[in-house]
Amino acid sequence: MTDRPVWQPSASRAALESRAQLLAHVRGFFSERRVLEVETPVLGRHGVTDVNLDGIPSAVDAGGVQGGWLQTSPEYHMKRLLAAGSGSIFQIARVFRNGERGKRHNPEFSMLEWYRVGFDDQQLMREVADLVCGWLECSPPVTLSYREAMQSIAGIDPMTITDRDLERYCEQWLEPEQLAGLGRDGCLDLVMSFVVEPKLGCEQPVFITRYPASQAALARISEHQGFRVAHRFELYIHGLEICNGYWELTDPAEQRARFAADNHLRRASGKPEMALDESFLAALETGLPECAGVAMGLDRLLMLKLGSRNIQDVIAFPIERA
Amino acid sequence: MASYSTNEFRSGLKVLLDGDPCIMLENEFVKPGKGQAFNRVKLRNLMTNRVWERTFKSGESLEAADVVEQDMEYLYTDGEFWHFMLTDGSFEQYAADAKAVGDTVKWLKEQDVYTVTLYNGAPLTVTPPNFVELEVVDTDPGMKGDTAQGGSKPATLSTGAVVNVPLFITIGEVLKVDTRSGEYVNRVKSS
Repeated sequence: MTDRPVWQPSASRAALESRAQLLAHVRGFFSERRVLEVETPVLGRHGVTDVNLDGIPSAVDAGGVQGGWLQTSPEYHMKRLLAAGSGSIFQIARVFRNGERGKRHNPEFSMLEWYRVGFDDQQLMREVADLVCGWLECSPPVTLSYREAMQSIAGIDPMTITDRDLERYCEQWLEPEQLAGLGRDGCLDLVMSFVVEPKLGCEQPVFITRYPASQAALARISEHQGFRVAHRFELYIHGLEICNGYWELTDPAEQRARFAADNHLRRASGKPEMALDESFLAALETGLPECAGVAMGLDRLLMLKLGSRNIQDVIAFPIERA
Repeated sequence: MASYSTNEFRSGLKVLLDGDPCIMLENEFVKPGKGQAFNRVKLRNLMTNRVWERTFKSGESLEAADVVEQDMEYLYTDGEFWHFMLTDGSFEQYAADAKAVGDTVKWLKEQDVYTVTLYNGAPLTVTPPNFVELEVVDTDPGMKGDTAQGGSKPATLSTGAVVNVPLFITIGEVLKVDTRSGEYVNRVKSS
């Protein structure tokens, strides 16, 4: 079964032009706001602990460094710049995630990531709306909490549903033995991506906010209506997840504890534990300024601009052709 | 037997599911940026032809099914089995039972080439080419010159298949028939 090699790009000339315009739009947007463009390594010594992110190991052997990882996001390096006093920064980065390939995924993709010193999640959401709606010429987003979205679309309350009832709900897609290792957040992810996500942002863009604390990742956590929720937001347009932002966690002890919890989850699910990025933790100990940050998938923004349902329409050479 | 993990899933893959050989029709990768990845898969059960929808967690795997499709020439039937021979020059023969031959039996013509799907080395299904050419062995008398007008009549072909044909068709003519719809396509010019 040898497929003939395809040398042609999968993206049209119009898509290539649209990509160039998007990059110009982004750079113009941040230049006006005096946000500094930076570049950080694509290849680093450390991977990430996040149990749902699989890095791609490298085989670098230079400068006394061996192994290493293609970065899943420029987050740690950019936060080190922030700790060093860079002020607000943005980056258009190539990032890598193993195992991710589909109509909305390519293992290598373009990520716009930026950090605003002194912003909280609310302020950053306004800036995200300006950037995205300026590019797509769409109406401004509405905001819905994670709980409201799950309640109104899936009919379950993610904050109060028992593990047993949640598993029972998920049995329409998975066998009981498959559910066993999934965990509460895995079940919620399933409901989110199978039931809720396709309905999000169909009329106008929608921000989802106040994620359960267990899905905080690197966002700070506070109490809302008696539940611990993360200062994390995502933007959805036409059922497509566009970005993920945080009012950033700056507490090094809490960060170390979350990394340890990640590695615990990794162990439990049979994945290798990841060494902690001590340079990043040292930067946090020195002091990350109060800031909010967000990562945005530029390929998906292009899909929306061009009305495409497949990421290969906007990437010149997706992995099979690369 | 080998197995395929979710990262290897793609349409066309032949896998075992609940003990039955299946072919993967569609594979959709679904993953929130910060969440659990799933593969939503559509498969056709090759035993029952039924389409199944299943969900897999990233990292799960399915056993590969020993299913191969081969071009084979139809030789003859002994009443219980239908005998086919590989066209690769090996002269290797396979006997397909009535279940494997299924509806294809009405399109089987000796020396024509069919796609035989083998499961664990035994014929599982026999698929006819999209078009076959068969002789009319019985039909009502033809109505000469009536080529423009509509209307049709049944005609029995050499394999026993009955298809609707235009009124002008006569016994002994060779017809091209679409096996997917069972419809008459045209007359084949006799040499």
